[in-house]
Amino acid sequence: MLSLVLRRLGLLVPVLLGLSVLLFAWLRALPGDPARAMLGERATPAGIAAVNRLYGFDQPLWQQYFTYLGRMATGNFGNSTRTGQPVLSTFLERFPATVELALAALLVAICLGIPLGYFAARRNGSWLDHLAVGGSLLGVVVPVFFLAFLLKWLFALELGWLPTTGRQNPRIDATHITNLYVLDGLMTREWDAAWDAVLHLVLPAMALGAIPLAIVVRITRASVLDVLNEDHVRTAEAKGLLRGTVSRRHVLRNAMLPVSTTLGLQAGALLAGAVLTETVFAFNGIGEYLFQAVNQLDYPVLQGFILAIAVIYAVVNLLVDISYGLLDPRVRVS
Amino acid sequence: MSAAADARRAGALPVPPGESLLSVRDLRVQFVRRGAAPVTAVDGVSFDVGAGEILGLVGESGCGKSVTSLAVMGLLPRRSSRVSGEVRFAGRDLLTLPQQQLRDLRGRELGMVFQDPMTSLNPVLTLGTQVTEVLRRHEGMGRREARERAADLLRGVGIPDPARRLGEYPHQLSGGMRQRALIAIALACRPRLLIADEPTTALDVTIQAQVLDLLQQLVRESGTAMVLITHDLGVVAGLCDRVDVLYAGRVVESANRRDLFAAPRHRYTQGLLGSVPRTDANGKVPLTPIPGSVRDMLPWADGCAFLPRCHRGDDACRTAGIDLEPRAGADAASTPPHRARCVHPAGLDDAPGPAGAQPAGAHAVARPDGAEVRP
Repeated sequence: MLSLVLRRLGLLVPVLLGLSVLLFAWLRALPGDPARAMLGERATPAGIAAVNRLYGFDQPLWQQYFTYLGRMATGNFGNSTRTGQPVLSTFLERFPATVELALAALLVAICLGIPLGYFAARRNGSWLDHLAVGGSLLGVVVPVFFLAFLLKWLFALELGWLPTTGRQNPRIDATHITNLYVLDGLMTREWDAAWDAVLHLVLPAMALGAIPLAIVVRITRASVLDVLNEDHVRTAEAKGLLRGTVSRRHVLRNAMLPVSTTLGLQAGALLAGAVLTETVFAFNGIGEYLFQAVNQLDYPVLQGFILAIAVIYAVVNLLVDISYGLLDPRVRVS
Repeated sequence: MSAAADARRAGALPVPPGESLLSVRDLRVQFVRRGAAPVTAVDGVSFDVGAGEILGLVGESGCGKSVTSLAVMGLLPRRSSRVSGEVRFAGRDLLTLPQQQLRDLRGRELGMVFQDPMTSLNPVLTLGTQVTEVLRRHEGMGRREARERAADLLRGVGIPDPARRLGEYPHQLSGGMRQRALIAIALACRPRLLIADEPTTALDVTIQAQVLDLLQQLVRESGTAMVLITHDLGVVAGLCDRVDVLYAGRVVESANRRDLFAAPRHRYTQGLLGSVPRTDANGKVPLTPIPGSVRDMLPWADGCAFLPRCHRGDDACRTAGIDLEPRAGADAASTPPHRARCVHPAGLDDAPGPAGAQPAGAHAVARPDGAEVRP
């Protein structure tokens, strides 16, 4: 097991190197000039030249790349050209917000998606099944930003049930330890702070969780249908086990194998979707920051953040592979 | 006979006097699909099994034998199948029993061994979980007690080093071991009725004989009633007390084993026996297959379903309501009566039989392990 983890982590190095080259080239190929973006409409040629010299944008591309790579090896990801803040510390500061949002969205997807998919399969062909299948199609085709605006308009602006933006009401003087606000509230027993953070999470999590939810419903449904037709479920029924035991132990557990794989792949969708969701709800995570960085062609931020997202994506999928071994003894041996 | 079985378990319902432990009457199973005509898989099957008795249900694929067993166990998908008739087990009709009560009986009083051991165990659970869960459900055992019993059970079916095996997963066991484990599971709560649906089909020949011996031994020792479903007459010859031959969802011949092999009456039974390799003929007697396939059938309403494949059939067979009844005085005198659903029963009405017809006589049948059985 350990050797598998190490091997997979080792494989990550060439992947990330390749990605850094692509990213570097791709960002430079984008239309626009970072210096002009920084200085605005009335930039003078001298000012632009000064900025380019300052950030090394006047050097040949390959030289810029290797300088960048060398700095990165020492943990220096550069400073934002927009705010001047170090990229790494900004990332670490904002990342917990995105993690909190992604986990909440995942929770929505799992806690609603698995039961929904399960019951749709059990009542295959019923109105519930049709609703689940149709609803999940809708969930996939509606763009995240549209859904986010819709939810915000309806539940926050029109009905006023939930807060419109942010992560926590600033009037609550909450103590922050991990920067996962809900967790912080629970740890410090500041219940009002935790509850307020939960309320702020509801709409963004629903917006971000819609696509994973739809996919989980579909995969669970298909997978449960498959498992229900397997001989071992009939054996379980022949044992006279209680309905709940058959469902949990003999159907759902087996049906979770493809679902767990899908959830891992969705980690990427969650991080990418977070850009739009966080922007709509002014949720101070990496997504919102990335959005601003794109607008300003903030090369160091874009490079650093996207590489970090790639690492997270790979690690999440590694974790999924490991969990697969826990779920299915047959893949454990090799 | 059933009194002994009843005494084994306190609280088990007694079998009403004059009734067998399992008594199936006019069992009918239809599969329904929206937009399609219903398909009748079992068409009025009746049989009885008493404690300590082994009944063979014989027929080729598609004759309704597996569906019959699933219907008895209440394991057919309820939305797509319609089951009617009566399945009386110890005086209760299983078909009208509430789901929860049926679940209480399954695994405890009714055990079932399935055809394919490779797929009949859950691949992601340890053998221990799969054996102990039935004990914990029905016998109210704790974790440890159930584990000890499970180890005993595995040892009882001939699995070496059972304590270690309990921690293993199905893919770590061979096919024969898996079928043994499934038998152990089916017998864990000492059921009064065991249904074995082609328990040896997926196993290789040497293992087949071992598994059959094991089943027979367990059934004889515990006085369990057993319904053995098979297409293999060798298995029947070695194991069964009585045999019902199924064709197109109906019993076409019902007899004790000796009568069936000595004087098959129905032309289908005769054909089945003719298709079995004979070990007493030094390989010189060519096999006589039954022409056509089970799909070439006449609806029972129009006459004998076997008619299109029968070498003896004529227009007399094109009549509805050919009954399952004794066809000769000696057949009626047998216990139970030797009954056949045939207008021109073999051995009694062979006059215009064409060349190649089977001589009715004693058949010796090879058991899977090569031993020869003369009923």
